[in-house]
Amino acid sequence: MIQIQRWKIIVVTLLCAWGVLFSLPSFLPRGMVDQLPRWLHAERVNLGLDLQGGSHLLLEVDTKAVKADRLQNLVDDVRVAFRNQRLTYTDLGVEGEAVAVRLRDLADREKALTALRGIDAAATVTVSPEGAARFSYSEKAWEDRFSSAILQSLEIVRRRIDETGTREPTIVRHGKDRILVQLPGVDDPERIKRLLGTTAKMSFHLVDTRATAADAESGRAPAGSMIVESDRPGADGRREKTVIQRRVAVSGENLTDAQPSFNNGEPVVSIRFDAVGARKFGEITTENIGKPFAILLDNRVISAPNIREPIIGGSGIITGGFTVQTANDLALLLRAGALPAPLKVLEERTVGPDLGSDSIRAGTIAIAIGYALIAILMIVGYGLFGIFANITLMLNIAFTIAIMAGLGATLTLPGLAGMVLGLAMSVDANVLIYERMREEERQGRSPYPAVDVSFQRAYVTILDSNLTTLIAALFLYAFGSGPVRGFAVTLGIGITCSMLTAVTVTRMLVVGWLKWAKPKTLPI
Amino acid sequence: MIKPIRLLNRVPKVDYFRFHKLCFALSVVLCAISIISITVRGLNYGVDFAGGILIEVRTPAAPDLAKMRSDVGALNLGDVVLQDFGGSNDVLIRIERQTGGEDAEMAAVQKVRETLNKTLGGSVEYRRVEVVGPKVGGELVLDGILAVTLSLTGIMAYMAFRFGWRAGAAGVIAILHDCLTTVGLFSVSGLQFDLNVLAAVVTIAGISINDTVVIDDRIRENSRKFKRMDFRELINLSVNQTMARTVVTNGLVFLATFALVLFGGPVLFGFSLAMLWGVIAGTYSTIYVAAPLEWYLSNRGKTHAKEMQAEAGSP
Repeated sequence: MIQIQRWKIIVVTLLCAWGVLFSLPSFLPRGMVDQLPRWLHAERVNLGLDLQGGSHLLLEVDTKAVKADRLQNLVDDVRVAFRNQRLTYTDLGVEGEAVAVRLRDLADREKALTALRGIDAAATVTVSPEGAARFSYSEKAWEDRFSSAILQSLEIVRRRIDETGTREPTIVRHGKDRILVQLPGVDDPERIKRLLGTTAKMSFHLVDTRATAADAESGRAPAGSMIVESDRPGADGRREKTVIQRRVAVSGENLTDAQPSFNNGEPVVSIRFDAVGARKFGEITTENIGKPFAILLDNRVISAPNIREPIIGGSGIITGGFTVQTANDLALLLRAGALPAPLKVLEERTVGPDLGSDSIRAGTIAIAIGYALIAILMIVGYGLFGIFANITLMLNIAFTIAIMAGLGATLTLPGLAGMVLGLAMSVDANVLIYERMREEERQGRSPYPAVDVSFQRAYVTILDSNLTTLIAALFLYAFGSGPVRGFAVTLGIGITCSMLTAVTVTRMLVVGWLKWAKPKTLPI
Repeated sequence: MIKPIRLLNRVPKVDYFRFHKLCFALSVVLCAISIISITVRGLNYGVDFAGGILIEVRTPAAPDLAKMRSDVGALNLGDVVLQDFGGSNDVLIRIERQTGGEDAEMAAVQKVRETLNKTLGGSVEYRRVEVVGPKVGGELVLDGILAVTLSLTGIMAYMAFRFGWRAGAAGVIAILHDCLTTVGLFSVSGLQFDLNVLAAVVTIAGISINDTVVIDDRIRENSRKFKRMDFRELINLSVNQTMARTVVTNGLVFLATFALVLFGGPVLFGFSLAMLWGVIAGTYSTIYVAAPLEWYLSNRGKTHAKEMQAEAGSP
């Protein structure tokens, strides 16, 4: 007599109820889910972008630019520090991955060392007896800088995408220096790519009025000035050049708000400065009435208007031949803040909503047909026990979906493949058990012992085959990338569930039926 | 109650070793063809692995392929392939990897979109756009190979632990045989090899190993029951005893996969086809590659039977 403990039956029944109830929302249309009782408002399983349509972008933070940018800033810092300490020097500049400078007076060595150390405690400073000073970072210090640049980029990317009003974007760090952006429902990511491709560093400079247009064209800028190009090419396709002062009059970091608006019917961006920015802007505009100043975005001139009157209220407008869309985008970029380094799109995958639903439909139909075939043939082959097997198969699907939904895992096309393999393993478990029953009965065992031995023997085989596949799934998950992982997750969950459904539940159903019907032979 | 139909009413008495040399030869030939084709012809890598651009568009009316081809070709983006895909209004455009890295790829997509909008009058629907830069493509290949290799090693280790190293080695060789011939099939036929097909290859490995484990398990059980039986007999008996299960399970998987080939749609076609071949190869290789190989590895059965009894301490 086979005994199954009562507590086991209760636990398994409760588990099955959980699986069915919590997979329910994923199968029902959204409208019907809202009708369900509140406690049943379980998460629906996330569909991957290949199934629901949307855009997937893999971005890389340009760490080389982070490095170059930092070194350039250090040169400026060294210049300021030496000037404050009244140290004389030559040959200040970037040398490889360090900032190098040569002291004119060797007596200043100690003073220089202190001044350089004061710039950044994380840096390594050396001064040779000949007066050659080097300012560099260790590998670890660079890593820390990159890491913070990536975290900052992540935040800016998130803000920019949030501002566009995209629903439920996924923005996560991916590997060491990458950002993965997933935008469900977006079928033309060009605007977002353009927004993310802009660093959006804004600065306000005074135009160097000493230089002539000819100077700008020939590339000769006076000391302390630099030549920059216009943001938009002119009618002849060339970009107008302007000579501006290197010194940043007001930086974009001092902006607190930017909104698109209209001025005389033309789209413009109105901006607002914080207290520091407002004071600086007020001073500059008061001192330079009648002179032009340039508004730069990523080192390109958006516009260079003349200062007509002092602007002291801390707010102003930027004109620059905008369309409504470009004014909107610029305002958005300014509000979200500048990226610490440029981003590069490494990979784009966009699936239109229709292809998404087509491939779901085709896949679902194919899987449904395959499943129906299996279900019918199981009944043809194993009769009543085939029906039991079908119940456990359905439970397996329910469990897999419920667990996926509960974990917040994403179901992709390769994921569906993994689910199919999981189901195949589950079918196999049932077949192994039933074929064993036939063998045992053929050897003259009566129903009870035949069932008992079959489950015991088949269990060993099932455990071995499932563990082998589970090990494979674990390795695939640990070392594979995106799609391979999706496959491994559903496969792993499917196999684990099949140990419960195909073995334990089937056993309970078969034994329960045996006790109730007390058959002389097995109906198999 | 419905009377169940039995496919095999008795345990068959087939000698699977009778043709094993012929089958070895066949397997060696198939593997050789696959290896030669993969090295000489290579694989028609999809955008996933090769990098480049893939765009699938749906046009409102039947598309003028010639005009689209010449318009996109005029952009000088290198090799451009246009083909009908799925429905009659669907066109698949593949553009080779651009020199100049990721930025060049993105610029090229933008250009193609603009051109298509002009050619097709803006009513074109972009059903799928995939742009893979050279960096990511290379990584996907490496990641895939690494993951598959490590999982095969894991399988081998587990099988060696449960059934002895000979069974582990024979099982892994059988899986390699299945995966290799599947990849070979894609090389010979020139069908596109992408990430979905890689998923299929991994699935095939799973099905194949499952088969092998079931039979090895039975060999282990029988070797304890029939201590004096010749190892070759033992293998035959075990394969015969599990034949009913092999027919039912693999038959069902085959049918389900067949449904996937017929109704799964063009996106799944590569995957489904690989699976279909894999189910056949997996079933065959378990019986005609793994089992005889185990016999050879155990010095034609002399050492193996003893070892199995010794190792099979656990139930």
